[in-house]
Amino acid sequence: MSSQGIDVKYVADLARLQLSDEEIATFQKQLTDILGYVAQLQQVDVSSVEAITASAPTSNNLRSDDLKPSISAEAALANSPSQSDNLFIVPRMVE
Amino acid sequence: MEYEAVIGLEVHVQLRTNTKMFCGCVNKYGGLPNTHVCPICLGMPGVMPTPNHDAVVKTILTGLMLECNIATRCKFDRKNYFYPDMPKNYQISQYDEPLCQGGAVTLNLLAYPKDAQKLETTVVDKKIGLTRIHLEEDVAKSQHSEGQSGIDFNRAGTPLMEIVSEADMRTPEEAFAYLTALKQILIYGNVSDADMEKGQMRCDVNVSVRPRGQKEFGTKCEVKNLNSISAVRRSLKYEIERQIQDIEEGKKIVQCTLRWDDVAGKTNVMRLKEQAHDYRYFPEPDLLPLNTSLGLKTEAEALMPELPSAKKARLAKDFGISDYQASVLSSEVALADYFEKAAGPAKDKALVANFLLNDYLAIGSDLTAITLPANWFGELANELTEGKINSRQAKEVFGIMVNENLAPAEIIKARGFVQVSDTAQLEAWCDAAISNPSSAKSVADYKSGKVSALNALKGQVMKLSKGQANPQTVGDILEKKLKAL
Amino acid sequence: MMMKLIHSSITELRKQLVTKEITPLEVVDALVARIEAVDPQVKAYLHLDADAAREAAKNADISKPLGGVPIAIKDVLNVKGDPCTCASRILKGYIAPYDATAITKLRDAGAILLGRTNMDEFAMGSSTENSSWGSTRNPWSLEHIPGGSSGGSAAAVGAHTAFAALGSDTGGSIRQPAALCGCVGLKPTYGRVSRYGLVAFASSLDQIGPFTKTVSDAALLMNVLSGHDSLDNTSSRETVPDYTARLDCGVKGMRLGVPKEYFIEGIDPQVNAAVKAAIEKYKELGAEIVEISLPHTEHAVAVYYIIATAEASANLARFDGVRYGHRTAKEFPASILVNGEKEKVNQVLEMYRHTRAEGFGPEVKRRIILGTYVLSSGYADAYYKHAQKVQELIRQDFTKAFQKVDAILTPTSPTAAFKAGERTASPLQMYLADIFTIAVNLAGVCGISLPCGFTEPTADVPKLPIGLQIIGPNWGEETILRVARAYEQSTTWHTELPPL
Ligand SMILES: [Mg+2]
Ligand SMILES: [Zn+2]
Repeated sequence: MSSQGIDVKYVADLARLQLSDEEIATFQKQLTDILGYVAQLQQVDVSSVEAITASAPTSNNLRSDDLKPSISAEAALANSPSQSDNLFIVPRMVE
Repeated sequence: MEYEAVIGLEVHVQLRTNTKMFCGCVNKYGGLPNTHVCPICLGMPGVMPTPNHDAVVKTILTGLMLECNIATRCKFDRKNYFYPDMPKNYQISQYDEPLCQGGAVTLNLLAYPKDAQKLETTVVDKKIGLTRIHLEEDVAKSQHSEGQSGIDFNRAGTPLMEIVSEADMRTPEEAFAYLTALKQILIYGNVSDADMEKGQMRCDVNVSVRPRGQKEFGTKCEVKNLNSISAVRRSLKYEIERQIQDIEEGKKIVQCTLRWDDVAGKTNVMRLKEQAHDYRYFPEPDLLPLNTSLGLKTEAEALMPELPSAKKARLAKDFGISDYQASVLSSEVALADYFEKAAGPAKDKALVANFLLNDYLAIGSDLTAITLPANWFGELANELTEGKINSRQAKEVFGIMVNENLAPAEIIKARGFVQVSDTAQLEAWCDAAISNPSSAKSVADYKSGKVSALNALKGQVMKLSKGQANPQTVGDILEKKLKAL
Repeated sequence: MMMKLIHSSITELRKQLVTKEITPLEVVDALVARIEAVDPQVKAYLHLDADAAREAAKNADISKPLGGVPIAIKDVLNVKGDPCTCASRILKGYIAPYDATAITKLRDAGAILLGRTNMDEFAMGSSTENSSWGSTRNPWSLEHIPGGSSGGSAAAVGAHTAFAALGSDTGGSIRQPAALCGCVGLKPTYGRVSRYGLVAFASSLDQIGPFTKTVSDAALLMNVLSGHDSLDNTSSRETVPDYTARLDCGVKGMRLGVPKEYFIEGIDPQVNAAVKAAIEKYKELGAEIVEISLPHTEHAVAVYYIIATAEASANLARFDGVRYGHRTAKEFPASILVNGEKEKVNQVLEMYRHTRAEGFGPEVKRRIILGTYVLSSGYADAYYKHAQKVQELIRQDFTKAFQKVDAILTPTSPTAAFKAGERTASPLQMYLADIFTIAVNLAGVCGISLPCGFTEPTADVPKLPIGLQIIGPNWGEETILRVARAYEQSTTWHTELPPL
């Protein structure tokens, strides 16, 4: 496990969480503690598990390709924070 | 310096199924916004995916058609990234255990663009290796307007295959041929309609250039937003030239994602490599792994169609048509099927191929959109073979048949197309032609050994018969009479 | 008569309903009165539609297995037409458009759905203090927490403001609060109960299960909830026995394992003594007690906080303000000036970041960040993949143990209920509250907690319940119910009433 530790700001960006400086500082400390605790796993010998390759399951659980009713656009949009012309509206998207 | 391009393609193909990948909503193009949706494909809290059996089988079938190895065990993974067209903000995809690995697409001659088919540099039957084929779900469609975007989830959850090629292509024409050949196979297997304009087949291109002979790859760029096979060719031509020019000018190629602007005919930078996503793949805990050896592969095998190359060989052999005709006919499964139906009743099958490929194409019609009953072609061919009409009349009947949508027998009857083969009548017309004073020169020419002079006399007989004389018999009679003179 | 009715088990209630001594409406009325009297202190309920429940009571079909029985639902399950907030601001205003499968099954069994219970936000916590709508209190001591994350369901059943309730258990979220509130809580084998409609925390570990006053009632509910569901790909086709059929067969000749690693330091002496006494009781009842070893249990909490947070980081990504729930009221300009130059603003990205920052509480944020980190490029192998391998070792520990024993006896929680606010400052200390329950989820097996005693009351702290955990192998619900029932029948802990 990495010794350089967690970069809370970078990870929060990946997770789309806007954090205040205080939150970053608090999480930095708490998560460093937790990761320190989790580091015990490094000591565990997992070689016996490593050798096992994932086996194929003994049955498949697939859905037959039969139509089921959809819901109405009205029902689909009932919870939407912003909608117009049966579309979910968001600020202009950028690629 | 001479440069060589290295091209790899990533193709997304919507599968043709009744329902979506993970819910029972209809898998159908279009529809009023957000009417083909349910809590599952909207990513509502608490919903779970249920995988579509037919989508799995069709992906395996694609793998079989493209000579891939079908994995015995495969699983689904979550690919994490935030985007409003993605209901759960992760895509259910396959990461390290895809359904199919390896395989190849063969670039047959006709898959190349027309203008490249005759070039010496075109490598016919080149095999482009495949890395993998995996199964995933499509995202929603968005519409953009001033300051805002609107999302329609009808498309979200459509079964999607991702077909990744090796970097085996060297020219834009090979990329064109790869997509054409791939599309052909997908349609053959009834796996997808693969219409790029409808977004049923979408293509991202990876391209780099390197000095010819160099082993290492150059820095690659990815091109997106390619809406047709010819746009792929155009964008590659542009991008290869751009990269070569940059290198020659001493500029470094920067790894990036580009967007093709088809109107302007150029690529624009979308994002640089540093802005690349961290997808954080991990096994989808809501889905069990699959075992393809429990019936799924067998089911796919049962759906295996006759593939284009096999069909071509069979058509050439069984129908006595040329290799070229056979490859054109087998280029589209619908066309080949039509031909087989059309040629079925015909005594001379090659004649039917000629009607379809020469005459039908000569009037500029699209071969894939024929609505005429197939048996008409065979009936027309038989009228000719049996000598009921002559070839000139056949062409006329053909024209009426196509334009007025009438059966050949009906046309022949209504228009009084008959061929006169009565020898007495023909001899009378031949005598009249020979004895006509204006024929003196032709008769003399023939007697002096100019065989082609016979045609002028034949023409006169046809005129006298109002086109109904059997040209073959007329020729024989004239020859006999002239020799006897 | 009404007081007695409120304290009835479902089994007793059903007898009276079937014989028409009481009507479903009387049951609902009595329960609503009890809730109105007691819940302002306990605060187990987030949402209660008494009129809808009365309406349902009028139409109740007594002939069905749960006909006329009101049941409370943790706010993490979708009930069509009801709010389902998961105690999170981010789902404020969300109305569920569909029924969870467990809810459909309850409806089909004739149950009356009554009220949504409080919880730790998105089931993340062990005290119900992480609720965005305020914390729930322990019915045995209002200064104490009820445990979590299904604290509302546990407190409601413990306070007799519900006859039974549904909860969800990812690392102990049914068993731990059941222990702390003095009721019975069962975490089924992974795949036994459909998860469809349960708002996911960690999909590979989550299971829905019942809170009840008695073991027999738990069996009744398991009969209704269990079974394959085509909407949950991970739900099992394993046949479902009648869980009530062999309840009273006793434990004579059964082999019950006691893992040496579970009686460690840090465990409260009173909890230790109560569980040891329960083990003695089993000897009396004719069971053979076998010492076993679950050597990798010590790593369970560490493994759990990697696997569960990783899955949660993806499961909670859908809360983005696009299709439902909270969206930030802030607006973002299309471009801003940076050093005099106009720079485009990714408004969707800003909307996401602020929506999620406003919508999620600190514990949820902490776990999303941890989960995102352990999956991120460069760290996934060291954390996530490694943890999966240790998880496999934990699973193997249980497989080996169940070759020797029929069930395993442990404390449910290392301590009785703690005081509100006592552990909120240290997330890690809070995580250790689940040390005895987490391994069960990681192994996928089943477990039940039932009352096995009380702490000694002191001047400031009244007596608090202690829970015994019985762990069974995959599909071993019938066994653990039977083992639990044998103990319950020979003790009276479950008959004690909280001071409310
Ligand atoms: Mg893809
Ligand atoms: Zn759907």
